[in-house]
Amino acid sequence: MSQQNEHDEHVEHIVSPVVYIVILVALLVGTATTVWVSYVDLGIWNPILAIAIACTKATLVVLFFMHVKYSTKLTKLTVGAGIFMFLTLISMTLADYISRAWGSW
Amino acid sequence: MPDNTTIAQVAHKPDHHEHPPYLRHHFESTDQQADAAGFAMWIFLLTEVMFFGGLFTAYLIYRNWYYAAFVAASHQLSIPLGGLNTLLLITSSFTMAMGVWCAETRRKNGLVLCLILTFILGLGFLGIKTIEYSEKIEKHHVPGFHYSLQSFLDPDSDKEAKAAGDKPLPLDMARHTEVYFSLYFAMTGMHAVHMIIGIAILGFMIFRARAGAYTSGHVTFVENFGLYWHFVDIIWIFLFPLLYLISRHQ
Repeated sequence: MSQQNEHDEHVEHIVSPVVYIVILVALLVGTATTVWVSYVDLGIWNPILAIAIACTKATLVVLFFMHVKYSTKLTKLTVGAGIFMFLTLISMTLADYISRAWGSW
Repeated sequence: MPDNTTIAQVAHKPDHHEHPPYLRHHFESTDQQADAAGFAMWIFLLTEVMFFGGLFTAYLIYRNWYYAAFVAASHQLSIPLGGLNTLLLITSSFTMAMGVWCAETRRKNGLVLCLILTFILGLGFLGIKTIEYSEKIEKHHVPGFHYSLQSFLDPDSDKEAKAAGDKPLPLDMARHTEVYFSLYFAMTGMHAVHMIIGIAILGFMIFRARAGAYTSGHVTFVENFGLYWHFVDIIWIFLFPLLYLISRHQ
């Protein structure tokens, strides 16, 4: 087959259970950390840390549980484009809310 | 043209190559078929990202506007119950990932076991959510005609508010706690709807898996369902800190 070489690039990659177990432990540690941190008064850093930990956990799930690390470039690009689009929409909406009453606060 | 006619005609062609029965005829190879299905699943998940993204953005903006109300209202949630639910959901994501592995390595019994565990953990999550919802119903914290402001106007009369050391809110701010609970129910409710749909599909998959449907090399369905289940997990990974945790000290 003429596309044989292309297909060789992404022969079905089977992720080993060891990886899954490591990720599970990392996610559980992340959950414990985020709960523990929420009981410590860090002022403005509480939400920042909570969201940072959540983003880390989500990245682990996407890369390993959802196999994106081992996927085709098309899948990676799709996921990247989706996240980029989402962040664009959020920042444009927030830019509107921040600047609408500019100077009157 | 019905499918069986197509197959019959194609089968007579002398150059017709051997291929697995699940390879559709409009695909060149099983790789291409799997890639197309995975791509489509991700496109669907992106629409879901946009859908939940809207709710998250609304939460972010309203939290900024009615900060004191959101802080006081979030003190009504139970971190132990929310944490336990996070634990259940993360573990169910793990069992689902293991299910995909079992399907890929053609372990039928392992796959059935993983799907059943995922099913049970999912039900456990919904059970705990039910306990949380019934607390809200009992305290009249469900937005609507019977919404009660008592926990926020007179925090000392309320166990959770007292434990968090809440100060009484002025009436106009207290009324905005209803916005918090509207978003709470919209977000966790939509998440729960996704869980219920997922659990229903899991039930169907358990029967199919027992018949050996996913352990003969065709794992697309299990794999794509796995993507959906992990996505629902990710939504909760963000909901838990945003709704339960970040206002603990304000």
